[in-house]
Amino acid sequence: MELIMAVAVGILFTVGVYLILSKSLLRIVLGTSLLTHGVHLLLLTMAGLKTGAAPVLGGQAEAYVDPLPQALILTSIVISFGVTAFFFVLAYRAYQTLGTDEMDSLKGEEQ
Amino acid sequence: MLHATIWIPFLIAVLVPLTRRVPRLHAGWTVLAIPVALFLYFLMQIQGVRAGEYTLSTIPWMPSLGINITLYLDGLGLLFALLITGMGALVILYSIYYLNKRTESIHHFYIYLLMFMGAMLGVVLSDNLMVLYGFWELTSITSFLLIAFWHRRERSRYGALKSMLITVFGGLAMFAGFNLLYVMSGSYSIREIITQVDGLTGEPLFIPALLLILLGAFTKSAQFPFHIWLPDAMEAPTPVSAYLHSATMVKAGLYLVARLSPVFAGQSEWFWLISIVGLITLLFGSFKAIKQTDLKALLAYSTISQLGLIMCLLGLGSAAAFFPGTEESVLYAMATTAAIFHLINHAVFKGSLFMVVGIIDHETNTRDLRKLGGLISLMPVTFSVALIGAFSMAGLPPFSGFLSKEMFFTALLNIRDLNVLEVKSWLILFPVIAWTASVFTFVYSMILVFKTFTGKLQKEKLDKVPHEAPLGLLLSPVLLVSLAVIFGFFPNLLSHSLIEPAVASVHYGLLPPAETFPVSIHFWHGWTPEIFMTLGVVAVGVILYRGYSRLKFLEREWKGRDSLNRLYDGSLVLMERGSARLTSLYMTGSNRHYLLYIFGFFILALGSALLGAEGITLGMSHYAPLSLYETVVVAVMLLAALAVPFAKSRVNAILFTGAVGYMVTLLFVIFRAPDLALTQMIVETVSVILFLMCFKYLPKLKTVKERSGFRLPNLLIAVGVGLTMTVIALAAMGSSPFPAISEFFLKESYSLAGGKNVVNVILVDFRGFDTLFEIMVLAVASLAIYGLVNLRMEPGVSGRI
Repeated sequence: MELIMAVAVGILFTVGVYLILSKSLLRIVLGTSLLTHGVHLLLLTMAGLKTGAAPVLGGQAEAYVDPLPQALILTSIVISFGVTAFFFVLAYRAYQTLGTDEMDSLKGEEQ
Repeated sequence: MLHATIWIPFLIAVLVPLTRRVPRLHAGWTVLAIPVALFLYFLMQIQGVRAGEYTLSTIPWMPSLGINITLYLDGLGLLFALLITGMGALVILYSIYYLNKRTESIHHFYIYLLMFMGAMLGVVLSDNLMVLYGFWELTSITSFLLIAFWHRRERSRYGALKSMLITVFGGLAMFAGFNLLYVMSGSYSIREIITQVDGLTGEPLFIPALLLILLGAFTKSAQFPFHIWLPDAMEAPTPVSAYLHSATMVKAGLYLVARLSPVFAGQSEWFWLISIVGLITLLFGSFKAIKQTDLKALLAYSTISQLGLIMCLLGLGSAAAFFPGTEESVLYAMATTAAIFHLINHAVFKGSLFMVVGIIDHETNTRDLRKLGGLISLMPVTFSVALIGAFSMAGLPPFSGFLSKEMFFTALLNIRDLNVLEVKSWLILFPVIAWTASVFTFVYSMILVFKTFTGKLQKEKLDKVPHEAPLGLLLSPVLLVSLAVIFGFFPNLLSHSLIEPAVASVHYGLLPPAETFPVSIHFWHGWTPEIFMTLGVVAVGVILYRGYSRLKFLEREWKGRDSLNRLYDGSLVLMERGSARLTSLYMTGSNRHYLLYIFGFFILALGSALLGAEGITLGMSHYAPLSLYETVVVAVMLLAALAVPFAKSRVNAILFTGAVGYMVTLLFVIFRAPDLALTQMIVETVSVILFLMCFKYLPKLKTVKERSGFRLPNLLIAVGVGLTMTVIALAAMGSSPFPAISEFFLKESYSLAGGKNVVNVILVDFRGFDTLFEIMVLAVASLAIYGLVNLRMEPGVSGRI
């Protein structure tokens, strides 16, 4: 399973990077959110995907999955959400003010 | 007390602005007291230094680094200190009459000059190499300030920048050389380094240190090909030219060579480099001096040439170190005697000549030889001074320059017998070149005097009627030329008091302690070859001077600049343009390019590290088993992700991204992370809504066909990043060296924190700080969004959306 997950992470990164390198601001934002998914899955996978109960005590389970990466991912999800939301609004405002979402026309004026 | 001599000029420099309160008094009068007092102090030290009592005094500065302000007064230091303070006093006296206190910012002038004087004293008295370097750079900086004293002139700024660039370049090379010396010897103290010379000579860093230090000395002392800054430094006020660019700063390089002679003499590189560079500079400078039409430029090239002469003599003198303790060593050390004697003479006559030129400039408003002439009857005193100075420079009897020129010839004739270097036959070139240079020296000295003072007065070319300078202006040059006459008739005044201790410092440890160098300079020493050489110089010189206007190869440089200056200017332009072009080559302003660099570097660095690393195992053994359900979810997620770049409309692209997010949620469910699944679902939903809301206002995705030249590198980089990440993930999973710490959380969650949901306990209890700042991130993001939406800085657009 880890092998498949690693390949999946690689593909998510590939698509994310490809989108980030494109010209349209929208694609770049989408690319970053795909990259974020890739990172989260990578975190989860690297801690091991051994089967076990969800880390909620109470049930008489033999083993639990690792809770620490889950806590880390939870933190990361929230942070990336905040950043992405900000990024959206920034892109929106940039379009409103400048009238374009083409990265190439968003260059500063030549000195 | 020795420390006071260095710090007093700086202290007084701070106080100089206070004299502004007394507007009637020229600030120079207050300043004048300093060098006079210091000069008298150093005069009193002569007795002790002659007897071999060397003053040493230390103030700790950075003891842990071995850097202390250690001052050391021996013969060489004393000679230079007397030169600096004596010339300083005369130059300040001269400047009082030269600079108008109403039209010039004289306070600045004296502040810079005093700082320069203190720095220069620091250079010649420091025993610590780092302190010496500090003062050395301070002389560069103050010299920069003084050259650009009339900073509204473009030429002044150009000259100042040029001298700064060249001397600081050399200074930094010297700094590196000093540090190499420190690496080898473990000490910054010159005296200590000298004591361990025997252990140093075999070191591999010894020759690099020698070359770097010589680079510093050559740039400072305007040796070929670094002489180009000196003629341009002539834009400075004449007192500055007289002081810095003839008597003191340009001799700092000579001082350095003399001071480090006990370390490096005995290396054939040292001997050859110094004597040959000196000889080339001598010939080149004297030849160029003939062609100048500006008096100060003529004096600048003459200074270059004379500095080359002294440098060459120091090189020849270093030959003494090849024969420690024998007759030959004393013979070759005569060259050092000549160098030091000429150093004094040069300061004397060149200082007076600069002052003369300043007077002419002051009285006629021009320094152009083509406009001058016939001043002899109008300015008799100035003429006499110029005559004596120029004759001394040309090496004519009975002035002191004659004696040092004779000693120069003697040293050159002696060097022919040097047989330690197996190139004996080439050494015959030395006297020949030097003799030629002496002829040129004679010619330009005569030009200086006779083109200026004899001939016809060209009244129509001068914008004021020249007359004799006031007494105050004449005082300093008259004093200086009387010194030239006195040293000419009574050279032994100097030989025992100053020259002998200085030679003893340069040739430290060459003779047994009880013996002294036989320094006796005689005015007449018989019908020696040197006399005939001088007669030849005069004869050929007179012929050349007579036929000057008819000789094509002496054509003056009417326009254009010589090739070395063009090389310097050209290389500056080239460097500026080159770096601008280089910067615009990769700083394109396009985000995509920068991202390509970043990702490219990421692939290269990480990929090569992974390929090169050993012990990476893809341990498949402990992988979790494959299940169909999970595989299908992953496949759907990947399909959705791959569809995003191909989506034609923005809504599709957003929805595909959302699909990826929901698949990730499903994976969280499968991998038993309920809290993650919950959060991810909510966040994904909100994100998708936000996307759709925002991009309602954005344009349709453009379906512009991007050229494959654009897409292919993107694709390659993207695939590279993906592959690298996959390999990293597999490698990291394959080798897990120690067990996770999660056992602790699982075991203690309830007993320590009283919670059964371990993830939540970690978030708010075990690692609560993360959560605190994550809340902060959200708060900042929402504030920023609020600000973006509501604050409009553009004029005319107001209100909320």
